[in-house]
Amino acid sequence: MALTGLDIFKQLPKTNCKDCGSPTCLAFAMALANGKASLDQCPHVSEAAKENLGAASAPPVRTVKVGVGEQEIVMGDETVLFRHDKTFYHETAVAVQVSDTLSGAELDAKIEKINGLVLERVGQKVAINLVAITNCSGNAATFKAAVEAVAAKAQFALLLVSEDVAALEAALPAVAAKKPLIYAATAENWEKVVALAKANNVPVVVKGNGLDDTAALVEKVAAQYKELVIDFGSRQQAKTLAEHVNARRLAIKKKFRPFGYPMLAWTSATDPKEEILEATTYVAKYASIVVVKADEKHHLLPLFAWRMNIYTDPQKPMAVKATIYEIGEVTPDSPVYICTNFALTYFAVEGEVSASKIPGYIVAVDTDGASVLTAWAAGKFVAEPIYEFVKDCGVLDKVNHNSIVIPGHVAIISGKLKEKSGYDVIVGPQEAAGIPAFAKARYPQLMK
Amino acid sequence: MATNILKEKYSSKINTVTIGATKEQGGTRTSTVTVGGDASAPFLHYEGEIPLKPVAALEIQDIAPTDWDPILQKVYAEVSGDPVTWAKKAVEFGADLIYLKLAGSHPDNGDKSPEECAKIVKDVLAAVGVPLIVVGSGVEEKDNAVWPVVAEAAAGENLVIGSAQQEKYKSLAAACMVYKHKLLALSPLDINICKQLNILITEMGLPAESILIDPSTAALGYGIEYTYSILERGRLGALQGDKMLAMPVLLQIGYEAWRSKEAIAPEEDFPNWGNQEERAILWEAVTAAGLLQGGANIAVLRHPESLRLLKKNSEELMVKPEL
Repeated sequence: MALTGLDIFKQLPKTNCKDCGSPTCLAFAMALANGKASLDQCPHVSEAAKENLGAASAPPVRTVKVGVGEQEIVMGDETVLFRHDKTFYHETAVAVQVSDTLSGAELDAKIEKINGLVLERVGQKVAINLVAITNCSGNAATFKAAVEAVAAKAQFALLLVSEDVAALEAALPAVAAKKPLIYAATAENWEKVVALAKANNVPVVVKGNGLDDTAALVEKVAAQYKELVIDFGSRQQAKTLAEHVNARRLAIKKKFRPFGYPMLAWTSATDPKEEILEATTYVAKYASIVVVKADEKHHLLPLFAWRMNIYTDPQKPMAVKATIYEIGEVTPDSPVYICTNFALTYFAVEGEVSASKIPGYIVAVDTDGASVLTAWAAGKFVAEPIYEFVKDCGVLDKVNHNSIVIPGHVAIISGKLKEKSGYDVIVGPQEAAGIPAFAKARYPQLMK
Repeated sequence: MATNILKEKYSSKINTVTIGATKEQGGTRTSTVTVGGDASAPFLHYEGEIPLKPVAALEIQDIAPTDWDPILQKVYAEVSGDPVTWAKKAVEFGADLIYLKLAGSHPDNGDKSPEECAKIVKDVLAAVGVPLIVVGSGVEEKDNAVWPVVAEAAAGENLVIGSAQQEKYKSLAAACMVYKHKLLALSPLDINICKQLNILITEMGLPAESILIDPSTAALGYGIEYTYSILERGRLGALQGDKMLAMPVLLQIGYEAWRSKEAIAPEEDFPNWGNQEERAILWEAVTAAGLLQGGANIAVLRHPESLRLLKKNSEELMVKPEL
């Protein structure tokens, strides 16, 4: 069980020396209890206290890293079961499979396709994270050749998939500097595979068969090496889901060490769309890596969006700076669109104003990152604050008119806003998607 | 059974609600749909009973929608504008129930009278055997006039009628009480308002077991995490005994997903997003599959392929595993 701030405080020197950066020992203890500080920040803590607190203050899910440099993926270190309890920290990595039966031009084409799986949505880069080279050939030399070819060209971290020790031994050393994840240590081969991982300083997946079997295997492996990722071995969706939820609950609520590692899941459907739905379940419920075959942008984009949403920090709304934005080559005739500073609202409006081919100003009113209706309900996107913001930001000094376009969803405030400000308040479309048609109808003379 | 298992102890479960009525039950449906009864977090069969699978409805409208994406228009080209043939088509596609939106009752969209709306509902009931969800155009005054007439005309059919909201629930609650229908209660992404609305409706005398809730559906990429977290919190609250959160959840997935930019942007404009049709179908299906993990009971969809995908996914999740 996690220690409280007071339990931790009792073990600290209680000198309030501030060397840790906190004003008092009690404040430091509270920060430790909340996972916001680590014990090594205190230079004066006794060895006894370190031992007592070390185990208790260790995170419930170990942090494991794969890849190096820009390709590095950080997994684990999660502290809650529900995103609404706090937040999830390290997004599920998506691994795309490449069979080692491909070679030459075919393999090159596949790698090139996979390297293209970097997309952009709402102003952010979204991409796959790993290439999983599978030893379908069953041949160690073929596997080694494919791994090296992928390592030379792929822009992502590597997952080496073979339960054959000889194949892993052949392929790993040449690419060990890239810190690939190797798959898998099983009941049959674990001693050799774990020794290989340890010797090459790379993380390893421990693949068991169900909850009890996997726990027993992880305990054996962890006694020697702790850079682990768990695969419970199930390939059935409801079973994998149950294993993941149960394992994460035990890790977080009971500090059950054998399940205190990142988890990896495989999809099993052959239809790529069915596969993405399976992966959707695993992203929601605790997979640190999901391995798929799908390699088309239109199939992966929805999965990336889901991952982005689940790992959005609920403690801080995604906000853009509340200010004036100029979209395109604005002139004094350009329309002025009013929206909130919730990132998704802003990006949607920005995209549509840009698509309308009529340059315009967007004023992102400070709503603490709340969306239009939420901010309206909270009184942050109503006549008075909108008027104050528009007036203070000076956007109307940049144009030769005094009209502003407000979102159709808050049409209800238009009268009051007009009365308050004296502006010509135009009710725009309800959805950002309606902006191009709206702008074309209203400002045909401004078309670029 | 494995020993390394931590089960949560819950004191309650989601209400079990049946939609539709067969001849013996006073209606004319050839099949009914029953949802809810979940006694654990979504699909954790080892923890509590999950007796009923989530179901999927296809959305149809009484008039041809002009704002639906061409991909959807193509699918329904031959039936759009005729709710009777459209409903039959939806059943052919495998819909467990039909979600009929009376879009033509909107004052700006034909302003159909309550009696005309009632006739459409009767015609659709006569054409298909599956249960029906009927929602108004969303214009308060008009909905208040349409609901009682539709409810009376379909008395005995055990429809779901919606959508009641915080400021407009009385006439619908009264109509559902008198004519024995289920009520759909819509709240704006706020668990307290969701609860409050259920309290207001039950205080009028409509039993909690006659309510389905829509806590507002946000699409993938456009705030779905809010809906997801509200669903998770609502499910936990219900399992811990909060009767005012124990209603099965209906989500308007299709409506939201099909206005997301990623669903409707043509490939020419966004070549880096790939094929639009595949992307749009998955946008709808992933919205639904993601929210199944929060605790959705009824997904209202638009495309037959996302319906197929969601049903397949639900079936896999309903397989009770040996742990």
